[in-house]
Amino acid sequence: MTAMDAYNFAYLDEETKRMIRRALLKAVAIPGYQVPFASREMPMPYGWGTGGVQVTAACLMADDVLKVIDQGADDTTNAVSIRRFFQRTADVAVTEETEAATIIQTRHRIPEAALREGQIMVFQVPIPEPLRFLEPRETETRRMHALADYGLMQVKLYEDIARHGEIATAYAYPVRVEGRYVMDPSPIPKFDNPKLNDSPALMLFGAGREQRIYALPPYTQVESLDFDDHPFVASKADHACDICGATESYLDEVITDDQGGRMFVCSDTAFCRSRQGDAA
Amino acid sequence: MNPLFTVRDLEKRYGTRIGCTDVSFDLWPGEVMGIVGESGSGKSTLLSCLAGHMPPDRGEVHFDGRDVLAMSEPERRFLARTEWAFVHQNPRDGLRMAVSAGGNVGERLMAVGARHYGDIRETATDWLGRVEIAADRIDDRPSAFSGGMQQRLQIARNLVTGPRLVFMDEPTGGLDVSVQARLLDLLRGLVRRLGLSAIIVTHDLAVVRLLADRLMVMKGGRVVETGLTDQVLDDPQHPYTQLLVSSVLQV
Amino acid sequence: MNVIELTGVSKTFTLHNQGAAVIPVMRDVSLSVAPGECVGLLGASGAGKSTLMRMLWGNYLAASGRIIIAGTDVAHAEPREILALRRDRMAYVSQFLRVVPRVPTLDVVAEPLLVTGTPDETAKAAAATLLTRLRIPERLWSLSPTTFSGGEQQRVNIARGFIRQVPVMLLDEPTASLDAANRETVLTLIEEAKARGTAIVGIFHDEAARDRVCDRMIDMARFAA
Repeated sequence: MTAMDAYNFAYLDEETKRMIRRALLKAVAIPGYQVPFASREMPMPYGWGTGGVQVTAACLMADDVLKVIDQGADDTTNAVSIRRFFQRTADVAVTEETEAATIIQTRHRIPEAALREGQIMVFQVPIPEPLRFLEPRETETRRMHALADYGLMQVKLYEDIARHGEIATAYAYPVRVEGRYVMDPSPIPKFDNPKLNDSPALMLFGAGREQRIYALPPYTQVESLDFDDHPFVASKADHACDICGATESYLDEVITDDQGGRMFVCSDTAFCRSRQGDAA
Repeated sequence: MNPLFTVRDLEKRYGTRIGCTDVSFDLWPGEVMGIVGESGSGKSTLLSCLAGHMPPDRGEVHFDGRDVLAMSEPERRFLARTEWAFVHQNPRDGLRMAVSAGGNVGERLMAVGARHYGDIRETATDWLGRVEIAADRIDDRPSAFSGGMQQRLQIARNLVTGPRLVFMDEPTGGLDVSVQARLLDLLRGLVRRLGLSAIIVTHDLAVVRLLADRLMVMKGGRVVETGLTDQVLDDPQHPYTQLLVSSVLQV
Repeated sequence: MNVIELTGVSKTFTLHNQGAAVIPVMRDVSLSVAPGECVGLLGASGAGKSTLMRMLWGNYLAASGRIIIAGTDVAHAEPREILALRRDRMAYVSQFLRVVPRVPTLDVVAEPLLVTGTPDETAKAAAATLLTRLRIPERLWSLSPTTFSGGEQQRVNIARGFIRQVPVMLLDEPTASLDAANRETVLTLIEEAKARGTAIVGIFHDEAARDRVCDRMIDMARFAA
């Protein structure tokens, strides 16, 4: 007996997928708004992308081509295990090429290659509430969203500048969606924030532990919060990739020895490899 | 000139028990009114109803001609962070303890759309100065402040958007006597310079003697006496007020 | 045209917590004071001199009658009307100084001017002039008067009362506990106020002072209840 026979397609039963799809539809209808959903136990621990996996499971069709990345890489533990999970439970085609994928589940990055219409990005979200660190009460944060009462979000950025001289928030940088809801873009580096704006792809966000789903439909206006005199900057390490030489991609700093040796390499491994192929 | 704040026949009940009832008054621009009475007299319930923290069961509340009770929640919230202010007895209830002093003062500005860091900081520094907090404490959190400083910070945070009506709930309640005097002097100066209208709830007659133009004395949820502050304190007419005034220890 | 006009004024105290005892203090008080006139109140201790002064100031409530001062009926006015009267048209030098602790003497004296919108500089200059005239040493100006001697506090109180030029003044024993030089200064201040047209009601135990500044005396025994 194969895994395909033992489980329903993509692991979740059809009723659960229906429930998640309804939440997704609502999320698409109200961009940036956090929709509660009945998150299920998944065969992996919280923090391993249970929210993203449920969203992917609810979207996945037999002819989809799946790409899974973690911190930009296709070959890290989290990415590999989730990719295998769907290979076994849905028997879908997988790829490491951004252009070839129809669904891309990601933790902490948006690929460097431009996304296109028809693609779905699925983000794994640990804490969906951008106001949470400043306002612990859920009743209050909900009311703040309802009334677009977002002074507090700006306070967080103020505190950053007061403490560090600049907006030091480097990832999970808050955005305002269509001038309405303030949203946590998941812990992607702020370098990726501009890619959320006006994207041709559908962006879906799933938080398993917190039981929230939210979304950005294609071509949604997404603006990073900032101050007039401290404008948002999509910063990255001021280097070129030591492997492919790219200057426009987001870089990881890699420590190479105990003598302080280090190198900067593309965080997006598929992007880096494609450039090496071009060069070769 | 018209009254700034008009209250008519306000009533709040907790089941069959009266929170406050039959309360009516007009507050004029620049006027400071004290509400005094012992615990359970209904003064805190009244303040909550006036400030929109609790819906009354009956009555009318108008601010600057606008029907406060008919306002939507967003309208009332906007009012609460622009033209109104609320100073809590415990500064922890009115401050964000995890946010710096500057962030605390700046929040109301940012909530109404301020987006220039330098301007926000400059305004915050100015307000810290006005409440006698040194400018170099701007990035410290309130948890590093003394009780009196916390209370002054709360006042700065509230007044930064230039409100016209300030509600105060026992503003000097938790403070040492020496610190109280300084805070009262500060509040008196601010109220006078900014032409604020204020409603101060307290059981401390010395506080209203210094701050309030007029008094409302409450007992059992009802107003038993009103009048000019020194008239009510020096020549009280109602038995309860006479008892209240004569119970104060003279020093 | 009288600037102070009392008709049919009476006063009783009801002590609710002492068996609701009713103490009549005065009845049928009628009194007129013209601009520039100074009227002294006479009577034994307990005759109601201070009570009448407080009724004029508005902190004692009249049981009946009308107390019209510079256009405001103090017996029936709203608190804000009485406060406006005190702010713009009436000053009171009481026997006791009541101030916020820690406020410097100069600010205490300048305050009545500041609340009428006088610029800080002008108000403080006027306060300094009066404190100098009343011989309060400059080194004390930055201190709170709460720690001063009785005579010094009295002079701070007088300075505070005379810093504005108002149509009506109430003076409760303004020369008590003052030395000869300061007594002379206060009497001169009173004469200057009268010359400006200020109507004054006062209590003077100091007979010589009374003879010098009062145009008329009213015996409170006339109003005994």
